[in-house]
Amino acid sequence: MVESSREMPTSSDRNSAPEPATTGHSWDGIEEYNKPLPKWWLYVLYATIVWSIGYYVFYPSWPWANGYLRGVLGYNQRVELEQTMVAAREAQGALLASIDAAELPEIQADPDLRTFAVAGGKTAFADNCAPCHGPGGGGQVGYPSLADDDWIWGGSLEEIHQTLLYGVRFGHDESRISEMPAFGAMLERAEINAVAEYVLSLSGQDHDAAMVEEGSAVFADNCAACHGEKGDGIRELGAPSLADSIWLYGGDKNSIVRQVTQPRHGVMPAWIDRLDPVTIKMLTVYVHSLGGGE
Amino acid sequence: MSLWKHHEHVEKNSILLLILILITVSIGGIVEIVPLYTIESTIEEVEGVRPYSPLELAGRNIYIREGCYSCHSQQVRPFRDEVERYGHYSLAAESMYDHPFQWGSKRTGPDLARVGGKYSDEWHVAHMIEPQAVVPESIMPPYRFLIEKELRHDDIADHLRANRAVGVPYTDEMIENAVADLRAQANPELGIDGLLERYPNAHAANFDGNPRVVTEMDALVAYLQILGRMVDFSQYEVEDLIQ
Repeated sequence: MVESSREMPTSSDRNSAPEPATTGHSWDGIEEYNKPLPKWWLYVLYATIVWSIGYYVFYPSWPWANGYLRGVLGYNQRVELEQTMVAAREAQGALLASIDAAELPEIQADPDLRTFAVAGGKTAFADNCAPCHGPGGGGQVGYPSLADDDWIWGGSLEEIHQTLLYGVRFGHDESRISEMPAFGAMLERAEINAVAEYVLSLSGQDHDAAMVEEGSAVFADNCAACHGEKGDGIRELGAPSLADSIWLYGGDKNSIVRQVTQPRHGVMPAWIDRLDPVTIKMLTVYVHSLGGGE
Repeated sequence: MSLWKHHEHVEKNSILLLILILITVSIGGIVEIVPLYTIESTIEEVEGVRPYSPLELAGRNIYIREGCYSCHSQQVRPFRDEVERYGHYSLAAESMYDHPFQWGSKRTGPDLARVGGKYSDEWHVAHMIEPQAVVPESIMPPYRFLIEKELRHDDIADHLRANRAVGVPYTDEMIENAVADLRAQANPELGIDGLLERYPNAHAANFDGNPRVVTEMDALVAYLQILGRMVDFSQYEVEDLIQ
């Protein structure tokens, strides 16, 4: 037999408790116990009501006709933000103002300004630039490394600054623009094959030596005008060097053939309308400091 | 206190109770609703906010379909940390043509209110195909199928009409040209003069690199690239934006 583990209360237990007071209401013989809210709870409620009246007086509250009650403090979140920003700028004060006023080489030359600019640039880089160029500017396929000395558009402070301000192929009037033609429609497959072998030879990779001569001729006719006679690139045209082991879209033969046939053209946004001038200057100094600055 | 003594009378007289409840609820409703029609300061007066182009609108529908709002907000709040990271705080005016708005309430990923123009189209496509390919620490799931899926757009004019029904100022001309504008924005070679006239500042491109088919990827990237770009904030001082 299973015994109940608990004793059920008997009716005499229940009735032994004192009878609570009733409200005195009676509906069809049913009476209502008087169970008032706990006092602490009620006082908290009253306190919040008193608080809200103070809030109405001091802060923006009720909608009203065609506007709203503004409160005697004249508080506005957007004004407060503006004050916070101004205060933050003032706290960073002299350094930011100096960076704003200084030319890039002067920032570079002054240890305090440079340290501050590199730190500020690093923060801005992490959010704005790292998604493409990778943390630390290491780059990835399609997005050039900023930490080496193989610059497509130049690695001096001025050149980096220009690229940051206006971007690459972004549609801004000052954007840097280069467009490699799609040679798939202009060259025979054999010619593309040969020129790819020649390009492999430029960076000392394994290649078919028998095709180099033909490839060299194709290169001279079609590629040298932008990439230079020796394939070491021409920065004014944004044509990268092909004579080193740093590649934007891959340096194996398939990648080279694909880029010759149907080139990809990366886009970098212009930051002039997005970031303030001081931040762009700090980014310039930071990128310059990554290892390849000229 | 005499009113309290009558509550038994009120509670026992259901019609009277009903009328008094209606009066009480109406007061609450009127106080909250009437100002929405009379207040002139809810939406800031700024230039540049326009209805979404057909392709952007289609992209917005995909954004909603895929539940992007579950992880991404579209509202830069007026706090220093947000403004320093994302850009100018969002205005009510910037989402006045959003039905429904995508402000969101949770940020597993970053806020997207100002993502337009921040990255290249190519980046967005690569990122949708495999987020970790470009952002190794990302936990966003891939949306590779968007680039394979052709965008259904034979009904796009109806989407414009539906938005017009709830107050978005699409003109008859916009509705007539909806399909053409949608295709042109994903393939600028079709001619984008009309598109740019009707939707200033629209970004037209072969977003996914395939001009022959308008894919859902085209639409979503077109939508992302307009977010936060309609208002030129260099024109406005803080006083202009205080209501």
